[in-house]
Amino acid sequence: MPVEIDIAKVAALARIALSDEELAAYGAQLGVILEHAERVQALPTDDVEPTSHPLPLVNAFRPDEVWPSLDRDDVLSQAPDTVDGYYRVPQILDGP
Amino acid sequence: MSVIPEGWEAVIGIETHVELQTRSKMFCGCRVDFGDEPNTAVCPVCLALPGALPVANEAAIDGIVRIGTALDCTINERSLFYRKNYFYPDLPKNYQISQYTYPVCEHGRIVVDVDGEPTVIGITRVHMEEDTGKSLHMGEGGRIQDADHTLLDFNRAGVPLVEIVTEPDIRTPDQARAYGAELQRIVRTLGVSDARLEEGSMRFDANVSVRRAGTSELGTRTEIKNVNSLRSMQRAIAFEIERQVEVLAAGGTVVQETRHWNEATGRTTAMRSKEESEDYRYFQEPDLLPLSIDERWRNRVKASMPELPAQLRARLVAAGADERTAGLLADSPLLAGLFDAAVRAGAEARTVASWLTGEVVAYARRVGASVGELHLTAEHLVELAAMVAGGELSATAAKQVLTGVLAGEGGPRQVAEAMDLLQISDSGAIEAVVADVVADHPDALEKIRSGDAKPIGFLVGQVMRATGGKADPKMVQEIIRRSAGL
Repeated sequence: MPVEIDIAKVAALARIALSDEELAAYGAQLGVILEHAERVQALPTDDVEPTSHPLPLVNAFRPDEVWPSLDRDDVLSQAPDTVDGYYRVPQILDGP
Repeated sequence: MSVIPEGWEAVIGIETHVELQTRSKMFCGCRVDFGDEPNTAVCPVCLALPGALPVANEAAIDGIVRIGTALDCTINERSLFYRKNYFYPDLPKNYQISQYTYPVCEHGRIVVDVDGEPTVIGITRVHMEEDTGKSLHMGEGGRIQDADHTLLDFNRAGVPLVEIVTEPDIRTPDQARAYGAELQRIVRTLGVSDARLEEGSMRFDANVSVRRAGTSELGTRTEIKNVNSLRSMQRAIAFEIERQVEVLAAGGTVVQETRHWNEATGRTTAMRSKEESEDYRYFQEPDLLPLSIDERWRNRVKASMPELPAQLRARLVAAGADERTAGLLADSPLLAGLFDAAVRAGAEARTVASWLTGEVVAYARRVGASVGELHLTAEHLVELAAMVAGGELSATAAKQVLTGVLAGEGGPRQVAEAMDLLQISDSGAIEAVVADVVADHPDALEKIRSGDAKPIGFLVGQVMRATGGKADPKMVQEIIRRSAGL
């Protein structure tokens, strides 16, 4: 059974530019995955305890201790644009 | 102050973000320190470098359990982290680790009191997440909308952040402010955050809609951002209510959008339209295990709860302070502690409460010191109150003495003597003066005897003059009445 999926919207949300051909191709592929999920969802699971993680582990914690941070020059050397120890990026908000 | 237009009702819900003051960040060991040079408290985890994995900070989880417990929440035994996906430069991973279904805490409440009217405000949820980096919008004019580029500092990215969401139970700007103030007091009492609005360690967003009074359908809401004080939250909500009522009364429709509060103009303006409803595509964070907060943990937190502001206020009122001064005392642990100790040692509660919230606070403000820096102990208050109760000091003179004590001039008796403010409370001495005065004015005494009370005041005045104002006027009056046979 075919599953409706707005592949263009998914691509836009993920900031991925897709051509019309790609939209069609990935749409079909994702459709197959969703159909599979539907089949799984149709299984009777009333007696199955919900699982969010495959391992029976909880509470993997770290004590509240400070570790050394990275050197700023090293960090900023990876950035396309920096000013006075800051990353610099283009204007975020649209004008009025 | 704020008035809702006649015939209308506002429906308000508040989302509050609180930065926890842990030593290290939520999912990595970078230090939490807000005075640092930009981008010096960053590492592969909080910069989202490939392959880095988050590990939850146990102290932060303990902090949110403390907040939830103080807000009367159910602490969920099992709780999950989710990824909230969106793109913004201050979010290095392109998702924020947050919670969705199964937050740590749900179904709590805060009671706020506005003009003696208690209102219960439901807490929908309290969940754990991480803060984003800090953006500085640079450009001409200083308005966000005019910025031509943005500077980013990721020291704040990954700082433990707790979000507290209310039910839409708030009806007035005053209630909203009272809620914010009470939440701030609670968080500070718990010691989990300094909760400073002006520095952003506590931040409020208000959802506001209006409807005709008596109707139950919810109107279209707007979300107000950028309120940096309790007062501006109150003003922003009041403005927004008025704006929405104006739009609807003129036959228009309210647009669902985020609006930016401008403190200088006193107005909200539209930021971005929410026409395309945001789609955060929440899914479970696969890099983090579920949380299990068992009964032992919950009980340990419950047992370690400090006295909360509402409990403290109730206790101060029970000890004899009135509601208003109890509120003022409860806002300062130092003042509340002085009050407690002085009253326990026998000082009269109302007198002490009025000194602490009046003279002491005013003096501290005048000299620009904190209450803790003043030369004031509970013993001073007890001694001073005893001198007033014993008639040695008038209420007015006691305030002068208190100011001297605050200035470090010595203990109350020492200061009173140095200022020559001690009253004559020795009845024998006063009786002698009264006898002299009455002998000089036999007609006055006669009038009093025959039922005319007017000359009493005159005689008291004469005695006060004769003693240079140092007699206890109450005692003088008593002695005059007695010698007139009343």
